[in-house]
Amino acid sequence: MADAQASALKRLPLHALHESLGARMVPFAGYEMPVQYPAGVMAEHLHTRAQAGLFDVSHMGQVLLRPGAGMGSLALALETLVPVDVLGLAPGRQRYAMFTDDGGGILDDLMFANRGDHLFVVVNAACKAADLHHLRANLTSAEVTEVTDRVLLALQGPAAEAALVHLVPGAAAMRFMDVAVMDWQGAEVWLSRSGYTGEDGFEISVPDSAARTFAEALLATPQVAPIGLGARDSLRLEAGMPLYGHDIDTTTSPVEAGLAWAIQKARRAGGARAGGFPGADRILRELAEGPSRVRVGLQPEGRAPMREGTALFEGDVAAGRVTSGGFGPSLSAPIAMGYVPSRLAEPGTALTGEVRGKRLPLTVSALPFRASTYKR
Amino acid sequence: MKYTEEHEWLRVEGDLIVVGITEHAATQLGDVVFIELPEVEAMVAQGDEVVVIESVKAASDILAPVDGEIVEVNDKLVDKPGLVNDDPTGAAWMFKMKVDDLSVLDEFMDEDEYNDLIA
Repeated sequence: MADAQASALKRLPLHALHESLGARMVPFAGYEMPVQYPAGVMAEHLHTRAQAGLFDVSHMGQVLLRPGAGMGSLALALETLVPVDVLGLAPGRQRYAMFTDDGGGILDDLMFANRGDHLFVVVNAACKAADLHHLRANLTSAEVTEVTDRVLLALQGPAAEAALVHLVPGAAAMRFMDVAVMDWQGAEVWLSRSGYTGEDGFEISVPDSAARTFAEALLATPQVAPIGLGARDSLRLEAGMPLYGHDIDTTTSPVEAGLAWAIQKARRAGGARAGGFPGADRILRELAEGPSRVRVGLQPEGRAPMREGTALFEGDVAAGRVTSGGFGPSLSAPIAMGYVPSRLAEPGTALTGEVRGKRLPLTVSALPFRASTYKR
Repeated sequence: MKYTEEHEWLRVEGDLIVVGITEHAATQLGDVVFIELPEVEAMVAQGDEVVVIESVKAASDILAPVDGEIVEVNDKLVDKPGLVNDDPTGAAWMFKMKVDDLSVLDEFMDEDEYNDLIA
């Protein structure tokens, strides 16, 4: 059984590079993924915050949306699936969005970029088949193409720009959430200045054929080290970013999840294109009246991490649960996030979390735990 | 030194058994960030969960290798859980047990047998 599952796992185009770097590979979302390299999660996390880390996130879905009848109508079609202003996104810019369902829950979260004559979308690995189906079923006049011949890398950390400009000088001119297509030794690389760590950095789509030399050229820079999924998780947790399937899913709305910032004025009540996305009734109501529960940061007082699923209490009364939790290497302390009733969401609110049968104290905290360092 | 299938090492010190986890186990766990030790004087049975050890990735339990009494715990690990990664077979011993008869150790693997297990 285990063998059958192992053989069904897909391999990344850079699998051999990860093995040569000593990665420990684990199954994740149907892929064999590097969870850590010999340095280990703690060192990899701290290295990313201090210098720069290179992540292989090729398991994620890269999708091109080409308009059948002009970019305006493509934007309006995508707006029927997300509570986000797509039409107002300028060429060369990227936005965060989420596919919602009719109940106002989240089907997946994503990045989409306006690349002039088409949109480029990046979705979660575990959701990509469903997302492609969803896009094809609803964007009937657009051409929806999954990109299957490109590696997706993330280069994150304060030294990311310095390392990348050796290869792609034009990257220096980009600011947070800019996207650009550039040349590297004859290969077309697709850049966005964004990431999932709270650090300045880039996500870089590289053709499979050039990916290994490109990755090795970055790794040859002294500041750049390979970083696995383990540190990617602790980095995004410190940065307060939700992980789909854990902190957000079809039972959580964007407003509950603290993602109302991603819903621009144009899609809100009174906006130019208010509503018109799945679950708009609930989402607009929650924007107006406030949600009944909300995603918050949680800081355990002791050293014991509070993992996903930990039940929360206010006194003896159930008060939600942890949706992601672990240890924050940059904070040298356990951290978590979870949902609590809105009246308990104020930072500083004292709660307890049940760990191995004991109720341990914790405090509600603002997110992120660590301020981002984006180049705006 | 003797070894359990749960990747603990057992060392005799006078009439006590000292217990810790192997280098292999420490490597597999990754960076240890939290340890909860048993109460001193607790009577435990083989297989009882006596230590909770959490790495950045996950929580796991250390089981009592034999029946006996916990007579000493390594409090240093509470403040410095990373010792488990730095020196798993030395400074990061976890607890000492008093047992009725040290011959209970005979059933455990020696170093060669353990190395075969993890090979």
